[in-house]
Amino acid sequence: MSSQHNPEETLPSEQAAARGTVAQADDPFADPGLPAHKPRIQDIDERAAKRSERVVAFLFVLSMLATVAFIASFVAFPVDKSVFIWPIGHISILHVSLGVTLGLALFCIGAGAVHWARTLMSDVETADDRHPIEAAPEVKAKVLEDFAQGAAESGFGRRKLIRNTMFGALALVPLSGVVLLRDLGPLPEKKLRTTLWAKGKQLINMNTHQPLRPEDVAVGSLTFAMPEGLSEHDEDFQKEIAKAALMIVRIQPNEIKDPRELDWSHQGIVAFSKICTHVGCPISLYEQQTHHVLCPCHQSTFDLSDGARVIFGPAGHALPQLRIGVNAEGNLEALGDFEEPVGPAFWERG
Amino acid sequence: MSTTTATEKTKRQAPAGERVADWADGRLGIYSLAKANMRKIFPDHWSFMLGEICLYSFIILILTGVYLTLFFHPSMNEVEYHGSYVPLQGVLMSEAYASTLDISFDVRGGLLIRQIHHWAALIFVAAMLVHMMRVFFTGAFRKPREVNWVFGFLLLVLGMFTGFTGYSLPDDLLSGTGVRFMQGAVLSMPVVGTYLSMFLFGGEFPGGDFVARFYSIHILLLPGIMLGLVVAHLILVFYHKHTQFAGPGKTNTNVVGMPLLPVYMAKAGGFFFLVFGLITIVAAIASINPIWALGPYRPDQVSTGAQPDWYMGFSEGLIRVMPGWEINFAGHTLVLGVFVPLMIFPLVLVAIAVYPFIESWVTGDKREHHLLDRPRNAPTRTAFGVAWLTWYFVLLVGGGNDLWATHFHLSINAITWFVRIAFFVGPVIAFIITKRICLGLQRRDAEKVLHGRESGVIKRLPHGEFVEVHAPLDQADLHKLTAHEQYAPAEIGPEVDENGVRRKVKRSEKLRAKLSKGYYGEGNQIPKPTAEEYKEITSGHGHH
Amino acid sequence: MKKLSARRRHPLAAVVVLLLALAATGGLYAAFAPAKQAQADETSQSLAIEEGKKLYTVGCASCHGTGGQGSSDGPSLVGVGSAAVDFQVGTGRMPAQQPGAQVPKKKVIYSQKEIDQLAAYVASLGAGPITPTKQQYDPAGADAAKGGELFRTNCAQCHNFTGEGGALTHGKSAPSLEGVDPKHIYEAMQTGPQNMPSFPDTTMPEQQKKDIIAYVKAVNGDETESPGGLKLGGLGPVSEGLFAWIFGLGALIAVAVWVAAHTAKAKKS
Repeated sequence: MSSQHNPEETLPSEQAAARGTVAQADDPFADPGLPAHKPRIQDIDERAAKRSERVVAFLFVLSMLATVAFIASFVAFPVDKSVFIWPIGHISILHVSLGVTLGLALFCIGAGAVHWARTLMSDVETADDRHPIEAAPEVKAKVLEDFAQGAAESGFGRRKLIRNTMFGALALVPLSGVVLLRDLGPLPEKKLRTTLWAKGKQLINMNTHQPLRPEDVAVGSLTFAMPEGLSEHDEDFQKEIAKAALMIVRIQPNEIKDPRELDWSHQGIVAFSKICTHVGCPISLYEQQTHHVLCPCHQSTFDLSDGARVIFGPAGHALPQLRIGVNAEGNLEALGDFEEPVGPAFWERG
Repeated sequence: MSTTTATEKTKRQAPAGERVADWADGRLGIYSLAKANMRKIFPDHWSFMLGEICLYSFIILILTGVYLTLFFHPSMNEVEYHGSYVPLQGVLMSEAYASTLDISFDVRGGLLIRQIHHWAALIFVAAMLVHMMRVFFTGAFRKPREVNWVFGFLLLVLGMFTGFTGYSLPDDLLSGTGVRFMQGAVLSMPVVGTYLSMFLFGGEFPGGDFVARFYSIHILLLPGIMLGLVVAHLILVFYHKHTQFAGPGKTNTNVVGMPLLPVYMAKAGGFFFLVFGLITIVAAIASINPIWALGPYRPDQVSTGAQPDWYMGFSEGLIRVMPGWEINFAGHTLVLGVFVPLMIFPLVLVAIAVYPFIESWVTGDKREHHLLDRPRNAPTRTAFGVAWLTWYFVLLVGGGNDLWATHFHLSINAITWFVRIAFFVGPVIAFIITKRICLGLQRRDAEKVLHGRESGVIKRLPHGEFVEVHAPLDQADLHKLTAHEQYAPAEIGPEVDENGVRRKVKRSEKLRAKLSKGYYGEGNQIPKPTAEEYKEITSGHGHH
Repeated sequence: MKKLSARRRHPLAAVVVLLLALAATGGLYAAFAPAKQAQADETSQSLAIEEGKKLYTVGCASCHGTGGQGSSDGPSLVGVGSAAVDFQVGTGRMPAQQPGAQVPKKKVIYSQKEIDQLAAYVASLGAGPITPTKQQYDPAGADAAKGGELFRTNCAQCHNFTGEGGALTHGKSAPSLEGVDPKHIYEAMQTGPQNMPSFPDTTMPEQQKKDIIAYVKAVNGDETESPGGLKLGGLGPVSEGLFAWIFGLGALIAVAVWVAAHTAKAKKS
């Protein structure tokens, strides 16, 4: 059955010709064999050979000079001085001189060696025979026999208890390594669900570090805020701002389409998470006429006038909104934490 | 004098080099090694040097990388910058970023080495891809070189990740954005995502650990594995001996070229210096990753045009064009918008990696192949390769959609839609077109063999017709154009055996026959001219 | 009488009178201006508004309405302030040539004086941001490092790390800040032209705007150093990747072709 479609049958018939052992006289496509070697000018003209020799030596000398120039540049040029070179621009003089001299020193060695090989070393092409990679049948037989003998002597197949317990031990021992990796980090728990925002925390302007007041936020303006109490010098600033960063815009209340968004705003001032719900880029390309906000990383687009709903791109859900109000001093404050996890979605997000 | 003193004398007279070699041979057996390899023959072709570009840029990366470790501090401790770069004075940043600024502005030659390192990395991965394509399109991956193909593929993948961990080290705003993307992708994994993210970053993103962890992965773990693979790759190249194109005197059982000593010693050794020199000059005149212009990483800051280095560009394209699908069920979220691209990312790479095994299954060919195919003579393979490259390029376009938009005055949304469609359609069109071009070229070759090459001489026949004189090819060219093998399509065979019993045809068998027909069936390759056809035509010409 | 009138008609008389008048006004102004500045300003202001209105009627009214109330072709200009006019007209964006996703920067067609008059007229329609004085926007002495932090928080997401610009949705884009006048950068932040949001003084004080301008000029000015060499457009990895492929790998392959090529054979000898 299987012999009917032996793969060998589909192989090209003319292997022997392709392997080019004997050229038949009547085959017009037969391999004529390696062409005779033709000499180069350097092989027959001593002057040409001398010229090549001088070129090679010149390149090597140039390399030496370039190395000397490299060292001289290193010593001579200050690290902070720049020079204008057209069309590169204002470039560090130390950098460019070190680079060009080192590059030249290396390149000339290579160019010299290759020119030497190409013009002065023999260019006679010769053929080496290949040998099959596969072992000869006798070798294979001997190896199999040796293996069988060794296996038999070990009793590996016979003493199953030894074999099985050994497999068990070998399978278990890497577990120690896996267990050791446990302390690479803490368990997720609820960490991704909460941010620093909480009821009563004032919105601090990222620019001025002052609490934001509703009258500061003009229609069409864009402001970023962080929670009161967070400072750039805090040890966990990076971790906290990665979740708490806030984007604040003001939209005419009659332009806000989403009733919940209007409800959570303060006189049209809306506060959305700055962290994209796709993979967490800080999203803030706010187009004040369309109220669209675009992520510069993967172009997810959200409509801030409609609950920050996704209108384009790879993000899967709207930007979380922070509920805001005004406290007794007239400053903007959060009325609680975000009601859903900020940033990229994850399995337990729900 | 006695004979013993005579031999002692010759020993004493042996040159120093020989005596050192003798010493080494007695311990390492170098003479036997040299006997097999010193005059080893290598064929000459520019495309055989692509692998050398990879090897040399890898060596350059190790040399410059070691230098950089002397000055780089893989730490995320916060410091206030007070170095020489004015527009960052007093800015809070990690020690990693500050030390990279110091390498760039205060260490003499530090900027040069940094730029050589980064340029060499871009060129390293680019050269690996081109080298891989050379191997692919010439069929050099066939037996006995499949294992080496896999080694090379692993090197490409490891190279990409070594690059990614490397450019993330300075902790600048651009690379930090890339790390954030990676963290978001990890989070999207069902069940284990949040745990993996916590373990990778030592807690919540960005934490204070990832630079140090990426550092040991970048300078030790991945390059260590790569070094091992590079050595294995080279040993196999030596062991298999290099492939060659068909030509006069070049057969499947020999290798024609020039010896390692001296020609290839000089050419390959010289080429190392040429590669090093050129990359150094590129690094001297062209800026790369000017981290001082990017600023230190802060998770609440970002810049437009945030792209990864080019070799990660196709994954960036995948993630950019994916629609934002998300499924919520039973308190869980399946983030398809991120998870699907994350799964397609390895598939894109694996698609090209497994091809050799599919082809060898379809052909059923178990012989060794040392003669390279011209791409036109393997139309289906070539078409598949071009389709894959089209796929890859479409994704690269998607990864840079914002720059395409600004530089060609297009809408970013339109480009994204174009990429979404071209992702499916582009490879198919590329496949069909490439196959047709290959078949056309095969026809032209056959034409050339039978009727000779166009000489450009126009002759007027007695009855007034003008014809171009075709000059017959010489035997070397005839051989070259007919040396390729042509397979016959595999058949399933009769479904009923001689006793009238229906045999079961396995589904894989049917598939294989179908594929084989697609490869070698009628219309999928142009039968090459036979000696009889040739003789008939040429003798006819003789009578003319 | 005839003589007098004849002399008056001397060709140079007009010039002389004009010069005298100019000198007189200049002298008088120099002498009395500080005291009477308010009054003088008011008159020149109303003159400017008058002139501006004429310019407006010719160049702007067709889209923005005869009284700046706006139309289907252009937004209302009531309350946009003189700063917005100075920016839009001073960078050549206005008057717009054709409707589109975004009105691009063009050659400026009004003189600064005309722009000031236009601005005065539009400012008279309703209170809005006032054209800044040099003292407000001049970045000299400002803190570029502080400006850099502000720039990365507020501006880089659209304009790129060093202000090379970037894409927005549906063919819109944030322009490059290279070579943009500090005054216009200041006005853009103040007024939020087109789709750019504004950054008013209440959330971003004047000093911070100056810091930002100082940063833009430090990293994307004529004298900005690029110590590592060619900037490649300042666009990051995409242009670097292209350069690596074309000039890096391209040059290496060219060299490889030379290394592997057979040396020219001598002609038959």
